[in-house]
Amino acid sequence: MSLRRFKVSRFMAEYKVQFEVFEGPLDLLLYLIKQEEVDIYEVNLTKLATQFIAHIDLMREFDLEIAGEFLVMASTLMYIKSRELLPVDQQVVVEGEDEGEDPRWELIRQLVEYKKFKDAAAKLQVREAEQENIFPRVPEKIEFASGAPVAKPDVSIFDLLNAVNVVLQRFTKRDESSRDVYEDKWTVSEKIEYVMGVLNSRGSVRFAELFENASSRTEVICTFLALLELIRLKQLACTQPEAFEEIEIRKAVPMAVAPPAENQTTQNNPPSEITNP
Amino acid sequence: MELKFILESLLFSAQKPLNVKELRDVFATAAEAEDADAAVKSLKKVKEEDVTAALETLAAEHEAAARSYRLVCVAGSWQFVTQPEFAPWLKALVGVKARPSRLSQPALETLAIIAYRQPVTRAEVEQIRGVNIDGTMQTLLERGLVESTGRAEVVGRPQIYSTTTMFLEYFGLRGLEDLPAADELRRIPIERPPAPVTADPGLATVPPEQLNLEAAEGKSQKVET
Repeated sequence: MSLRRFKVSRFMAEYKVQFEVFEGPLDLLLYLIKQEEVDIYEVNLTKLATQFIAHIDLMREFDLEIAGEFLVMASTLMYIKSRELLPVDQQVVVEGEDEGEDPRWELIRQLVEYKKFKDAAAKLQVREAEQENIFPRVPEKIEFASGAPVAKPDVSIFDLLNAVNVVLQRFTKRDESSRDVYEDKWTVSEKIEYVMGVLNSRGSVRFAELFENASSRTEVICTFLALLELIRLKQLACTQPEAFEEIEIRKAVPMAVAPPAENQTTQNNPPSEITNP
Repeated sequence: MELKFILESLLFSAQKPLNVKELRDVFATAAEAEDADAAVKSLKKVKEEDVTAALETLAAEHEAAARSYRLVCVAGSWQFVTQPEFAPWLKALVGVKARPSRLSQPALETLAIIAYRQPVTRAEVEQIRGVNIDGTMQTLLERGLVESTGRAEVVGRPQIYSTTTMFLEYFGLRGLEDLPAADELRRIPIERPPAPVTADPGLATVPPEQLNLEAAEGKSQKVET
């Protein structure tokens, strides 16, 4: 599509031919004007026409494909050149166009316009290269209270009751075999200390783990009441990572996290109701 | 608390560039929080022009402070970016930015014409460049830098093209008015010089002596026609 610019080194004419891409006839004309070191408005188009055609001849010699646009430009330049061979008052006035478009002016206007866009393209190119060196600030995603139970499914009082029922089943069977009478060795306040102790050392604990060492139904119920009391006091939070999974108990995050809904439920239920599952 | 510093903190920790609308949404949301104090609530309906003005001030202050980073607005969204001269170290830190290959000269010229003269038809671009642009247009369309935005109401109803948001982002431009020398290249026609200065003196403008007679005849002929 495009033709090439030849820069023939003076010293190694035959061997050193540089090919540079011309973007079209206007580009070639601008190159020729630049070589003349004159302003576009002051360029001698007659001379330019001669140079342009010389270039096309050179391209032919090098067997390069010459795009149609170059030939159109060559003919325009030839037309301008031929016009200028005649005195002004003998120049052909095309009927209906009376004095209208001076082909010289038309070509110069086109060259000036093209030059401006070429310069604009160069500025864009600078920006393009510059953009590669500009790095935006991209901070890490900020995660407040990571691992907080906010996003996890809420645990309701019924979930807790179901869980404690499972634990209690262990004792219903055992109670039938032996009917020894024990005095109540456990108190709720003791169990509160126990639960807090576990959580202080571990951070979080699974529901069943709290009852692993329980030896009687009473002990399970005491621990459970302690748990409910701590939830009511917003000291603990219960979460269930996924539906039907083991309930997890952790220390409540002070503020920031809205108290989970089950706390409200717990508050509204007097412990007496819960203790008889 | 000054508005510009609130904006600075937001843009400092934002995951992506934020535009004025998104920033104002943040103010509205913050004011709706339960524990929002009077200062936060007072900015609930902060005006668009106030936000823009504060951002401009902030950007100017950062510019004046000549830090290693600055606040820029690209395609209407604000973000902090580093100054280009620190690229060698940043490249070592985060790696070379993943960017498509640089645009060719024909593509840049075509893109420049579309950017300044949009919306524009393919023929108008070809008129200015003096060459066929089918190939380069294809490249620009594929890279999402230009898009067809309708059809011109002229014979053949040719498609008209405009640049995209991605164009602004690619070149780090705030908007089309941010293009270099935008006003000059937009639509203003190039002024014709008072007299054509290209004619070769002594060739055509001053007829040689011996041609005077024919010239006079030529004149009379002209009058006849």
